[in-house]
Amino acid sequence: MTGSVGAPAERREGREKVSGTARYAGEFPSPGRAQAWPVPAGVARGRVTAVDTAAALAVPGVLAVLTHENAPRLAEPDDPTLALLQDARVPHRGWFVALVVAETLEAARAGAAAVRVAYATEEHDVTLTGSHPGVYVPEEANGGHPAVREQGDPDGAFDASAARVDVAYRVPPLHNHPMEPHTSTARWEDGRLSVHTSSQGTGAVRAVLAGLFGLPEERIVVTAEHVGGGFGSKGTPRPDVVLAAMAARETGRPVTVALPRRYLPAVVGHRAPTLHRLRLGAGADGRLASLTHEVTTHTSRIKEFVEQAAVPARVMYAAPHNRTVHRVAALDVPSPSWMRAPGEAPGMYALESALDELATELGMDPVELRVRNEPDVEPDSGRPFSSRHLVECLREGARRFGWAGRDPRPGVRREGPLLLGTGVAAATYPVMVGPSTATARALPDGSFLVRINATDIGTGARTVLAQVGADALGVPLERVRIEVGSTELPSAPLAGGSSGTASWGWAVHDACAGLARRLAGHAGPLPGQGLDHRADTTGAADAESDFARHAFGAHFAEVAVDTVTGEVRVGRLLGVYAAGRILNARTARSQFVGGMTMGLGMALTEGSTMDAAFGDFTESDLASYHVPVHADVAGIEAHWLDEEDSRLNPMGSKGIGEIGIVGTAAAIGNAVHHATGVRLRELPLTPDRVLTGLLDRRT
Amino acid sequence: MGNLQHRSQTTLRVNGKPHTLTVDHRRVLLDLLREDLDLTGAKKGCDHGQCGACTVLVDGRRVNSCLLFAVALDGCEVTTVEGLSGDGGGEEPHPLQRAFLERDAFQCGYCTPGQICSAAGVLAEAAAGHPSHVTDPAAPSGEPVPLDREEIRERLSGNLCRCGAYPRIAEAVEDVIP
Repeated sequence: MTGSVGAPAERREGREKVSGTARYAGEFPSPGRAQAWPVPAGVARGRVTAVDTAAALAVPGVLAVLTHENAPRLAEPDDPTLALLQDARVPHRGWFVALVVAETLEAARAGAAAVRVAYATEEHDVTLTGSHPGVYVPEEANGGHPAVREQGDPDGAFDASAARVDVAYRVPPLHNHPMEPHTSTARWEDGRLSVHTSSQGTGAVRAVLAGLFGLPEERIVVTAEHVGGGFGSKGTPRPDVVLAAMAARETGRPVTVALPRRYLPAVVGHRAPTLHRLRLGAGADGRLASLTHEVTTHTSRIKEFVEQAAVPARVMYAAPHNRTVHRVAALDVPSPSWMRAPGEAPGMYALESALDELATELGMDPVELRVRNEPDVEPDSGRPFSSRHLVECLREGARRFGWAGRDPRPGVRREGPLLLGTGVAAATYPVMVGPSTATARALPDGSFLVRINATDIGTGARTVLAQVGADALGVPLERVRIEVGSTELPSAPLAGGSSGTASWGWAVHDACAGLARRLAGHAGPLPGQGLDHRADTTGAADAESDFARHAFGAHFAEVAVDTVTGEVRVGRLLGVYAAGRILNARTARSQFVGGMTMGLGMALTEGSTMDAAFGDFTESDLASYHVPVHADVAGIEAHWLDEEDSRLNPMGSKGIGEIGIVGTAAAIGNAVHHATGVRLRELPLTPDRVLTGLLDRRT
Repeated sequence: MGNLQHRSQTTLRVNGKPHTLTVDHRRVLLDLLREDLDLTGAKKGCDHGQCGACTVLVDGRRVNSCLLFAVALDGCEVTTVEGLSGDGGGEEPHPLQRAFLERDAFQCGYCTPGQICSAAGVLAEAAAGHPSHVTDPAAPSGEPVPLDREEIRERLSGNLCRCGAYPRIAEAVEDVIP
C-alpha cells in the first residue's frame, strides 16, 4: 500500500473548474448547432385540442416546431415522464406540449412564446391531505421497500406506555435545483446518435435512448464529462435529452436543449410532500416500547413514486412493538422523484423531532434517550449490523459541540431580542452498491490508465477512484490516470444512492489488483500497447449480505431565534459520521458539509407550494424557492470516526453523499424548540411561522 | 415593419481583446460570451439574475451577465473567469483560483467561475470603500472596508452554490485578502 486512500488529494478536474475551461453538456460547440426551447402546458389537466404553430414558424430563425402531431414516434418508455410529444394528454401543468427549434436562443425563446395551444380542460386535484379519498397503500415504496411493516402490538403497547408522544409533522415539496439546469446536446450522423448530457449516469441514458429510438446501444454515445450537480434529479434521463435527440433527428442539426430554470420543478422530479404521524410510547426509563411512523404522500397520475419516509424507523431504534406505513394519493401533480436522501431526509426529520419531544416528555437528555434505545440488531430484519457506531457519533459530537451541562429548560436563554438554543438529531443512510466493470492498463512509460464509466457530479469521483487504483496497484497517485464520464468506457452504474464510489471503487480496485498480479508475473518490457486487466464485480457487489449495512451520524445545532422578526439563525452546525473508511478527507468533508447545508435549507428556507387553483408549484424559480446563500451559513463542521468494516467492499467505505442532509433539519428544529419552547411541526421554519408560534405561546 | 433593425454592430473588449460583432438586440452579454465567443466559463444557472453563476466583470465591476443586453455595452471592458489571471488565459492562475483549489471551495464547479469573478469584484469594492449591508455605519466613508468573514458572506450572497461549498469559499476569499 502506498497510502493514497484517505489522503486529502486535490480534485483532478479542479484546475479546469476554477479556470472556466471545464465544459458542461451545453458547452460543446458544433457547426450548425441549433437551440431548442420547450413550451410547457398551461393547464393542470386536460388534452391539447389544437396547436397553432404558424406564428412561431414565422419568427426569423425558427427551424421547426415539434408537437404531438408531428414529433418522431417513440417506443413506449418504462418511465412515462419521457413519453414526450407522443399524445395530446396533459397530465399536469408544466408538461411539455411543444418544442421550438431555432438558429439562436433568442429565436427559440420568441418562437416558444408565439406557439398557441388550445386545451380541453378537465377539473384537477392537486391538494394532498391525510384524509384524501384517493389515498391508498401501495405495494412498495421507493427502493423496493415494503409499504407496511409491523411487529408486535404497537397500539396496545403505546396505550400501556408511561410516556407517550403522538404528533404530526409535515414536510413540503422540495426542489433539487442543481446549479446547472438539465441540459443536453444531441447530434445524429450516419444513423448514429451522440449526446452530451447533464446526467448522474450515462449508461441509463444510452439504454433509454436506444429503447425510445429503436437503436442498438452500440450506435449511441453518451458523455457527461462535467455535471453541474444533480442531487437525484439527474439520476435517470429527463426530458431534455429525449427532446434534444428528437429535435436533432427532425432537423438534421445538432441541437441543444437547456431547460429554463423555472420549468425544472414540473419536469425533473421533486421531493414529494410528506405528512407524518408518529406515536412513540416509552417506559419511565426512556426505553421505547412502541414506535409507529405513518407517512402519507403524493404521486402523479402517470407514475407511482412513493417517498420511503417511514423506512429509517425500521433501522434506528429498538422498539419491540412497531409499525411503519406508507400511503399515497395520485394527484394531477408533476411526478415526484429522488432528491438527496429520499426517504431518510424527511423521515428522519419527523422521527428525530418526535424523539426530541419524547425526551422532553421524559425529562431526559436527548442524547441519552437515543443511546438508551440503541438496538443490538437491525430492528426490522433482525440482521446484525455490519458496523454501527451511532452512539460513538453522539458521544463524540457531544464532546466536540460542548453538549455536557446543557440546561434542558426551553426558552430561558435570552440575549436582547434573541432566544438561544441547541439541538441534536441522529442520521442514517443505507449502504448501497451495484455491480460495475472497469479496466486498468499498465503502459510502458510506467503510467497506468484506469477506465470506467463513472460520473463525477461534483463528488470528486475521478480523484477518489484514482486513489483507490493507485493503492491497489501499489504505485504513487500521480502515475494513475483515469477516464470517466462516457459510455465508450467500461459500463458502470449511476452516481446515486450514495453508491457511486463503493460500486465504481470496487471494480477499479479489482481491475488494478488484477493488473498488479499480472505485472508481478510478467517478465521483460511491456508491449507497446501496454497490459490490460478488466474487472466485473457482478456476483460480488450485488450479492446478498447477511448484515444490515448503514452509515450513521449525529448532528448538533445551535440557533438564535429573533423574537422580533421571527428569524432563525444557525450559529453552529456540527456533524459526526461513522461511514466506514473515508477515502479522501478533502472531498469527503465537502460532501458532508454540502449535505448539511442542504439540510439547513430544508430546515429554514426551502419550501414549495402546490397552488390549488392553478395546479402549479408557486415557488418555481430561485427568487422564490430559497436555497441557502452565503449569509445563511456560518460555522459548519464535519467530523468522522475511523470506522473499520470488512463487510462492505474492498475499500471498506460507506456512502457519504446523502447522510449529511439527513439529521440536520431535525437538529435545527429541536434547537429552535430548546431556544423558544415552541414546537413547530411543519417545515420550513420561516419567520412567519416562528413569530406565530411565539405569539401563541405568550397568549 | 419589414425593415426594422434588429441587429447592431457592437465592439467589446473581452479579456483584453477587442471583438466587433453584429449583435441581435435581444442577446444578453452571457449568451454573447458563451455562444458567439465560446467563452463558456460564465455559466447560465437561471437566466434571470437570481443565481450569480453568470457573474463577470464589466469595467471592473461585477455584474450578472444574463441581465445585460450586449448591444448596450459598446466600448466596455469585459473580464471573464478565463481572463481573470490577466495573462491572456495562460498557465498562471489568479490567486483566487489558486485559493479555491487549495480550499476545495467547490464540488460540481458550475457556480465556481461566478463565485470567483464575484469575489474579485468584492475585493475591489471593499478596497474602494463601498459599504455593504453589514458594514458598520460608523465606518469612515470612502475608506477601504476590512473584509471579515461576515462581510465576505454578505457580499457573496448573490452567488448561489447548491453543493454547499460556502464555508470553503469564504475561507478561500479570506486567503487572498491583502
